[in-house]
Amino acid sequence: MNMLTIEEKLEIDEAISHVPVRKAAGIEALKIVQVHRRWISDESLQDVADYMSMTREELDSVATFYNMLFRKPVGRHIILACDSISCWVMGYESIRAHLSQHLGIGLGETTADGCFTLLPNCCLGTCDHAPALMIDNDLYRDLKVEELKDILNKYT
Amino acid sequence: MERPLTQHIREDQRPLSLREYEKVGGYQALRKTLKDLSPQGVQQVVKESNLRGRGGAGFGTGLKWSFVPLDAPKPKYLVANADEMEPGTFKDRILLECTPHQLIEGMIISAYAIQANISYVFLRWAYKVAATVITRAIAEAYEAGYLGKNILGSGFDLEMHLHTGVGRYMCGEETALLNSLEGKRATPRAKPPFPQISGLFGRPTIVNNVETLCNIPHIVEKGASWFQSLSRTSDPGTKIYGVSGKVKKPGAWELPMGVTLRELIEDYAGGMQDGLTFKGVLPGGASTDFLVTEHLDVKMDYPSVAAAGSRLGTGTMVVLDDKTCPVGFVKNLEHFFAQESCGYCTPCREGLPWIEKILGSIDDGDGREEDLELLHKHVKFLGPGNTFCALAPGAMEPLESALRYFKDDFERHIHEQRCPYHNHNGHH
Repeated sequence: MNMLTIEEKLEIDEAISHVPVRKAAGIEALKIVQVHRRWISDESLQDVADYMSMTREELDSVATFYNMLFRKPVGRHIILACDSISCWVMGYESIRAHLSQHLGIGLGETTADGCFTLLPNCCLGTCDHAPALMIDNDLYRDLKVEELKDILNKYT
Repeated sequence: MERPLTQHIREDQRPLSLREYEKVGGYQALRKTLKDLSPQGVQQVVKESNLRGRGGAGFGTGLKWSFVPLDAPKPKYLVANADEMEPGTFKDRILLECTPHQLIEGMIISAYAIQANISYVFLRWAYKVAATVITRAIAEAYEAGYLGKNILGSGFDLEMHLHTGVGRYMCGEETALLNSLEGKRATPRAKPPFPQISGLFGRPTIVNNVETLCNIPHIVEKGASWFQSLSRTSDPGTKIYGVSGKVKKPGAWELPMGVTLRELIEDYAGGMQDGLTFKGVLPGGASTDFLVTEHLDVKMDYPSVAAAGSRLGTGTMVVLDDKTCPVGFVKNLEHFFAQESCGYCTPCREGLPWIEKILGSIDDGDGREEDLELLHKHVKFLGPGNTFCALAPGAMEPLESALRYFKDDFERHIHEQRCPYHNHNGHH
């Protein structure tokens, strides 16, 4: 039985209306489901594939390609630490080290309480304010290690 | 000094609403286009202006458009490439967040020029503010009759949709972007056929960069010779340049094409931070060759930077200072490229991680004499013509130039079996 909610289906239908081929909205459909469920489980993937008239394998080949589609469980908040060149020059490594130490997790891991997932990320396009990171939809720039604790506290 | 692209950007960077944009002359170029110009007429003025694509490759915009068969049946597509993800690049973000209607007007005129009836803005996921701003602006444009059916009574129709991505650098490559818009993995396509003939969903398609499209209304309104007059060299227009790294005042500025590297770094970016010396710069993002001190007086336009052995690329530069390890710097770049290789062709998928490992061991003090030879070989194997798309050749540009300009640094790492910068930057 397809477990997509009516809300999810409506949003997916809207995305389908923007493209001439149903399948072309596959990525959009995965994004929508991820917004509602935080990550894409095997069951969600199957449901979306059925709804898009795709095979599970076809849709998974797409889902596993894009780094912002999560095929594993993630925390309530995603920390994306920019590790690209300008941020690296301006101190990414000490930002990453402090985040890891404070949260007790490494890159790609989720805190035991399920609050944060820490991920490295490519250039966030704010290089004149490096180092930078994003938490969910919020961008933090000109970071100093001393500020990290207060920033994280906003999400706990 | 005229700054057509950024002149209306406010101090607080709040975006201009449709009404505000109209008040400063917005959508006049579109009105003129639909009233007085044929699609060929728009193409003609853009060709005469010699505008070159601002996404990195610098291909002539008018020439690119001219390969679209005007008489081909619809649908035809125009896509704004707003997937800004070249490391060190932050110029399109400003245009997207602050002047959304300038982009939309540029897109409508460009779509008219190639007779496209459907358009997409392919926006990077990370640009959350831009997503909100563009969504609102598209809705305003529909409401005002600038988008939709029979635009301003001209009989020209155009749909516009915002598509936000889900990551991967490959999406910036235009054929990979089209695959992604079709809901597929973002792998590049074989060319020919070129997108102008068979692009999105197999239909004629043009993909243009945001900064390129933002230039179009101004060129149409003021003409090719005005556009030429903006520049200090034969390469016309303004350019949004940016500087990041350990300079006093990192930032982005719209300036006449052809300002020198020295002016950008010393005057606009305020020079190096105290105690640091300029050592090198990637002039246009991660996939461009280093320029060094001897190049400080190079004019930053497409032909001059090419003559100096690099590429203007995106025009947003990353500075390397004398206390930052060049090996670590290049390792960071190659890590990025290795990670972002789409895996479609073997040299790129296998070669880039190998390069990253070699650089890693040199940086860690485990380098061997023969490693430098091995890196030089990779530069050849992953160079132009040996891979499916430009990602790996782009990745070789900073590596090859670093091996040349910073040879001593690589050799010291190997001879001393340690990173000589170790105590200076805390990167280890």
